[in-house]
Amino acid sequence: MKYDAIVIGAGHNGLCNAAFLARAGLEVLVLESNSYVGGAAVSRELHPHWTYSNCSYVCGLLRPEIYRSLELARHGLQIVPYGGGVTFTRDGDILGGYLDKDLKRRELARHSARDADAYMRYGRDTMRQCRLIRSLLLRTPPDPSSLRWRDLREMMHVGKEFAKLGEAGIYDTMRFYTLSIADYLNEYFESDVVKANFAGSGIIGTALGVQSPGTAYVLLHHYMGDVDGQMGAWGFARGGMGAVSQALAAAVQAHGGEIKVDAPVARILTRGGRACGVALANGDEYYADTVVSNVDPKRTFLKLMDPGDLQPEFLARARNFKIRGSSGKLNIALDGLPDFPALGAGNPLISGDMHFLDSLERYERAYDDWKNGSWSKDPYLDLLMPSLTDPTMTPPGKHMMSVFVQYVPVKVNGHDWTDADREAFKQTVFDQIARYSPNFRSLVLHAEVRTPRELEAEVGLTEGNIFQGELTFDQLFFNRPFPGYAQYRAPVRGLYMCGSATHPGGGVMAAPGANAAREILRDLHRGSTVPEGWSDD
Amino acid sequence: MTERQTVVVIGAGHNGLVCATYLARAGRKVLVVEAAAQPGGAAITREFAPGYRVSAVAHLLHLLDPVIERELALARHGLSYARSSLVNVSLSPGRPALSLDGGDVIAGEVSPADRSALQVHAARMQKFARVIARQHARVPPRLRFESWHDVLPAAAVALDIRLLGRKDMREFLRIATMNIYDVLEEQFEHAGIKGVLALDAVLGTRLGPRSGNSVYTALYRQSGSVNGRSGALALPQGGMGAVSNALVSAARIAGVEIRCGAQVEEIIVREGRATGVRLRNGEELRADRVVSNADPKTTLLRLLGARHLETEFARRVQQLRAVGTAAKLHLALSGRPQFRGLPAGLLGERLVIAPDLDYIESAFNPAKYGEFSAQPIMEVTLPSLHDASLAPAGHEVLSAVVQYAPYDLKGGWAAGKRPFLAAIMAVLEEHAPGIGALVQHAELLTPLDIEQQFGITGGHWHHGELALDQFMMLRPVAGAAQYATPVAGLYLCGAGCHPGGGIMGSAGRNAARVIAGGR
Repeated sequence: MKYDAIVIGAGHNGLCNAAFLARAGLEVLVLESNSYVGGAAVSRELHPHWTYSNCSYVCGLLRPEIYRSLELARHGLQIVPYGGGVTFTRDGDILGGYLDKDLKRRELARHSARDADAYMRYGRDTMRQCRLIRSLLLRTPPDPSSLRWRDLREMMHVGKEFAKLGEAGIYDTMRFYTLSIADYLNEYFESDVVKANFAGSGIIGTALGVQSPGTAYVLLHHYMGDVDGQMGAWGFARGGMGAVSQALAAAVQAHGGEIKVDAPVARILTRGGRACGVALANGDEYYADTVVSNVDPKRTFLKLMDPGDLQPEFLARARNFKIRGSSGKLNIALDGLPDFPALGAGNPLISGDMHFLDSLERYERAYDDWKNGSWSKDPYLDLLMPSLTDPTMTPPGKHMMSVFVQYVPVKVNGHDWTDADREAFKQTVFDQIARYSPNFRSLVLHAEVRTPRELEAEVGLTEGNIFQGELTFDQLFFNRPFPGYAQYRAPVRGLYMCGSATHPGGGVMAAPGANAAREILRDLHRGSTVPEGWSDD
Repeated sequence: MTERQTVVVIGAGHNGLVCATYLARAGRKVLVVEAAAQPGGAAITREFAPGYRVSAVAHLLHLLDPVIERELALARHGLSYARSSLVNVSLSPGRPALSLDGGDVIAGEVSPADRSALQVHAARMQKFARVIARQHARVPPRLRFESWHDVLPAAAVALDIRLLGRKDMREFLRIATMNIYDVLEEQFEHAGIKGVLALDAVLGTRLGPRSGNSVYTALYRQSGSVNGRSGALALPQGGMGAVSNALVSAARIAGVEIRCGAQVEEIIVREGRATGVRLRNGEELRADRVVSNADPKTTLLRLLGARHLETEFARRVQQLRAVGTAAKLHLALSGRPQFRGLPAGLLGERLVIAPDLDYIESAFNPAKYGEFSAQPIMEVTLPSLHDASLAPAGHEVLSAVVQYAPYDLKGGWAAGKRPFLAAIMAVLEEHAPGIGALVQHAELLTPLDIEQQFGITGGHWHHGELALDQFMMLRPVAGAAQYATPVAGLYLCGAGCHPGGGIMGSAGRNAARVIAGGR
């Protein structure tokens, strides 16, 4: 059976890519190894009547252009903004990130009057960096070593965006990209808890510590999104993250695309030096002149391809791609709403993210544990109870807790995770939560523990890295995934990459899938169906 | 101009002397005022125990700009080398010493794969370092993009990168911001090779091998040359003071006046313009231009005062990262120490105690929390083996850079110095059993000592972290990177400016060009 294009993997980028290709009139087949679509953006019932967004858990980066262009609202996707966030301190206090500006300012001032003033500058400066990067998200990175007109023009575009910043702005941007999140925050704030409150966004999902240069940039991967036109805001997809995937899948099908689940691809087929289709694990073969991989580059090039089809130097690039597992997750079904005494009754902050590290030093020590081969003994948690915002997730009166954990290694002290390790890891996380919520343990009905191993086994993300590759500059923009291959084309003709390992990287953004579709349609001399550029409402 | 323009240079460090000499040659009347009793700043040789002399801070010369060496005829003014190409020796108690000279393995057991990887790596790093070296003699461009005048210097930098060729350019743009750990792990198996190569990426910085941007430091270190050999390490005859002595001699011949024991208390500003300096004894020295070789924080916040600066600019200066983490150890030894697994012929080379990447990273970890390394990394030299003038006959001097020793040590250095010295000696004893018994006298300079003795803020001998957020047009801070400060008539010429630290002289030469050019 021959298609125009085959997409390997029904993650959100694969689906987004397929939707744009189908919309251009291509006959598209999406092959997914799991029995459900979505990759790491899924909602699953792992405890009767409790729905878990068991991997990615919040939505804020999904590009609004894609949302509109693929009519995801019509396909059932609804994003509900949630409010605030809070950092608990060891001495029983909190720092509340109230949505109300005055309230937030007063809260910051309670910890440091100077920091409350600095927050204005911090917000302004950080948003300026967001604006710059947002202008590059839905564009194909130029190859700076190329003299082709298209690359030169794109370089000019980037240059112009930079020039718009003005001289001082350019210097600030250059510094921003090479600073550590700790150094960046130290430039604005004096209070430990204020710095700690903002630091998490610099390290989530990365194998870097708050003192590692380059982490200030990672902040943007948490700030550059928007919900309802509010930049930097986050929301829940109603029904869990699977709703994003379901809507994208519906868009694929609405344009005539076909999706097959339980269809694990074992090999990418080539003929005469170009991709011609795929072979499934059960031996079935599907053919197409265009093959798109939503799978990470290590899997794509080192597992699905015959090494003979690739140059040794390229294989070395794939082997050296930095894709390190550093995060884990606990999904917990609760019999009721746990108390957090430091919040006080009726505090709206309970429906936002909760964090328990109150100093940069604790963050850095958490990273040191990971470097030494263990999970953090005093980890960074990003804890949310989505059932407070979206009651469809649990039975009435019950709740669910999503706990993202940083840092968690791929191997524990060099050996594979054992059940005992997993249990001890769970207790580490429980201990931290219980310290701030005395009745938490007694409410636990079920807890799913996910280490990088599970993420790799289930979702197929190598080492369970949530971004499909570290977000350091050697793997960003024109370097993502590899220098010379950032324009979504693999070295084999007819083969493309569309996962988070390509520009602009991870997060449920769907931009890589859309950008890859634009390049494919270009090679096929079809008109583009992909929105370009960017609208800053 | 009827009268000659007068210039006061604050500080007779090597950059101050270079700047003064070029300005004098350009027809200015130049006075250098130095707080210490002798010129040279941190590039001096001094007696630390009766009969034992040592390069007080910097002890290996590798970045001195050959153009300056030639233009100022430093050889004629007495600069010569006791050794001009030390090789690297990686020490590890558990294995025979490994010795590397650039891309060649001189001693030690190395697999053929590593041997060829080392050749490739050394050649590539050398090529990339040349791109950096080409920027040294340039005034950093301003990124205004208002006219061709602004665009051309920036385009020149881009052109240097492009001229690497497509493949190398891509690799350069990939690794430029990487950490040295990953780059070395990609290429080598031998722990010792990785350790010794990583040391260059972290020495003198507050970075560990896993810290991003450490590749840049490694390239920076290799960007110099000695006697035409790039990346070489040299020992000046008579210690580092010999460089300063030659510079002093060149300066005097050019007509520069140098006053030692004259500590500047304040830079005098009248009507928004620097008009001179006031010394501690109250004396005022008037000048048309004031040039400071002191570090940027000292110059702008202490001698000038933030009140003369715009808030935003002052804030940037305050935020300049200049917290020293390197200490200096000097041992007066009654005989030659013996290092385990080290052939006697290699004792005089650059001995590196950084056996593997994780060892260095572990040494770095405590520094993040304001603690010193319990098992520090070291760059050890025995200069007296090449230069008999440094120690009594039959005796030796050991000079080592030791990391990590954070300036802001928890509990303070008054209490911390003794246990840190003990930790250092324990590591040395492990590598060179019996060395403790040879010690006649030990001097340990912590960053705090360096600050107090040499007047460098934070005891950071590069006058500010050598990091990508503080380089070129960002060094020391945007708005002062072209040597002129926002205060008219006041200039910077020290290591806190582009191109940065190390005994190089380029900052002084570039500053002189800006000042003499009247821009």
